[in-house]
Amino acid sequence: MGKPRLAVWKFASCDGCQLSLLDCEDELLAVAGAVEIAYFPEASSDMQPGPYDVSLVEGSITTAHDAERIREIRRQSGAVITIGACATAGGIQALRNFADVEEFTRAVYATPSFISTLDTSTPIADHIRVDFELRGCPINKHQLLETINAFINRRRPNIPAHSVCVECKRRGTVCVTVARGAACLGPVTHAGCGALCPSYDRGCFGCYGPKELANTESLAAWARDKLGVADKDIQRLHHNFNAWSEPFRSEGDRHG
Amino acid sequence: MGPKRDASAFILPVARLDELFAALRSRGYACVGPTVRDAAIVYGDIEHSADLPRGWTDDHAPGSYRIKRRSDNAYFGYVVGPHAWKKYLFTPERRLWQLQRAGAKWERTDPPVEVQKYAFIGVRACEIAALQIQDRIFTGGQFVEPNYAATRREVFVVSVNCTQSASTCFCVSMDTGPEVRGGSDLTLTEILQPEHCFVVRADSERGDEVLASLDLDCARSEHSHAAAVGVDHARRQSRRLETAGLKDLLRRNSESPQWQDIASRCLSCANCTLACPTCFCSSVEDVSDLSGDHAERWQRWDSCFNPDFSYMHGGEVRRTTAARYRQWMTHKLSTWFDQFGSSGCVGCGRCISWCPVGIDITEEARKMREAEGVQS
Repeated sequence: MGKPRLAVWKFASCDGCQLSLLDCEDELLAVAGAVEIAYFPEASSDMQPGPYDVSLVEGSITTAHDAERIREIRRQSGAVITIGACATAGGIQALRNFADVEEFTRAVYATPSFISTLDTSTPIADHIRVDFELRGCPINKHQLLETINAFINRRRPNIPAHSVCVECKRRGTVCVTVARGAACLGPVTHAGCGALCPSYDRGCFGCYGPKELANTESLAAWARDKLGVADKDIQRLHHNFNAWSEPFRSEGDRHG
Repeated sequence: MGPKRDASAFILPVARLDELFAALRSRGYACVGPTVRDAAIVYGDIEHSADLPRGWTDDHAPGSYRIKRRSDNAYFGYVVGPHAWKKYLFTPERRLWQLQRAGAKWERTDPPVEVQKYAFIGVRACEIAALQIQDRIFTGGQFVEPNYAATRREVFVVSVNCTQSASTCFCVSMDTGPEVRGGSDLTLTEILQPEHCFVVRADSERGDEVLASLDLDCARSEHSHAAAVGVDHARRQSRRLETAGLKDLLRRNSESPQWQDIASRCLSCANCTLACPTCFCSSVEDVSDLSGDHAERWQRWDSCFNPDFSYMHGGEVRRTTAARYRQWMTHKLSTWFDQFGSSGCVGCGRCISWCPVGIDITEEARKMREAEGVQS
């Protein structure tokens, strides 16, 4: 049996997540040794045809063409793993979902008629069946390696679904909400970043999206009533990289 | 006749505090204790008295903690911070073992049991109670946690009697403080009158030996009196947890609608459990490298509020926040008695201060009791 064939795909995104794979540096040779990197245009012009055992998909669906392309990738792939906030939640570009896209194109482009785009930016899982979603904006390269490793070795990835708070507490970071009154999404956000922002004395932006049982309503009420955070700031906090993910989506809507 | 002296209590002048740390270091102890970092009084390395939070205090309220300057230069003029001593004994992350493929066989390497000799500086009475609870958990049963046991055995406890309480403190209700009663090697009480100094008592042979080496003067009765007044001051606590019948109260209320009410506020974020000095849950995680030739098993702090914690075949046992909070509070205040012979709560108030939305376990217990009164 040959090595598993890996493909890396890009949709509407900034490339930051697939760069995490190249950023693995020390581990990259081990990855190249464990899998055949069959399709990865960002890294190699040698693009092999499918089928592929594992496809990593970055980016969201924003055009009719992409909505078709992702179906073909699903057909060509054993496992589909979406990487990053764009692919798992629609990304920052999903802010269009709350507004009028035509108005945006008129404001931004000299010839808006050249622009062919959908009204929405949606996660990959809205279009096809996804085997695993790796969160983050950008993803954590160690979690990416762990996920690839788990799929190759046919085991469950060790990607904990708890809050960012657990990461703060394990590293001994003092809670920025309790000790400084900072608005922080950590208690409702999926772990994975290693609690980066609180370790620099500022609140979590929610880059990894809502965790399971994310009680945004309680946290937002506390931020407004006890910490004195303005409604528009609470909305901005939720309508960010994971704006289209529930319950961030509706929590932001409540504070418009 | 000179002034009346207390033969068991001695006076450590503020200017000689560093001699205590030097004496501990010379006996191989790494001193760890309170220090100001990240807008809080946390536990970290203490080289000398200048590392202590001299002139700082802490204000506590549900979901809120602030440090601020005191009007005096007290070294231990705060209550408890976000950290608990457990981080030195039951470490947040630890590799348990590793496997390496060697031909057709696997070779297992166990990391050596690492023993760092710690001197814990400034341990409060409630924290000693917490250490004793964790001692029973990790070393009191059939299975002894070797790292905990080896490190704990060597800990030199320099405790400090509390002379003030925060609004979140309820050690008096839990009968764990504010005065240190056992579990300490040296016990200090910081007094500001008649002069700023520490009244020191040795509570163990090790403590005796260190104390003798410092060659301190005996305390006079006004020193001992000032110390007693300070501790009495700390006894005046506004927060209470009614413990009479508490164990059965929780047992009777497993289906109380109050759990849903708490769940509407609770974030299931796990902060309370990780700040708690007695919570002891961990998970183990197996990791392998890409080649499959190397594997490791890691132990990490976990929490009954985390989804994977109760994951079994078929899913999580506790899928709702209501179920998770009920598990935590019922264990802490009720089933802990069945399991370990005491309450799991020492009244330090950390879970109240460090809950990001200020959920207060004493208030929830009170409401539960009141709701029963209304029904009957």
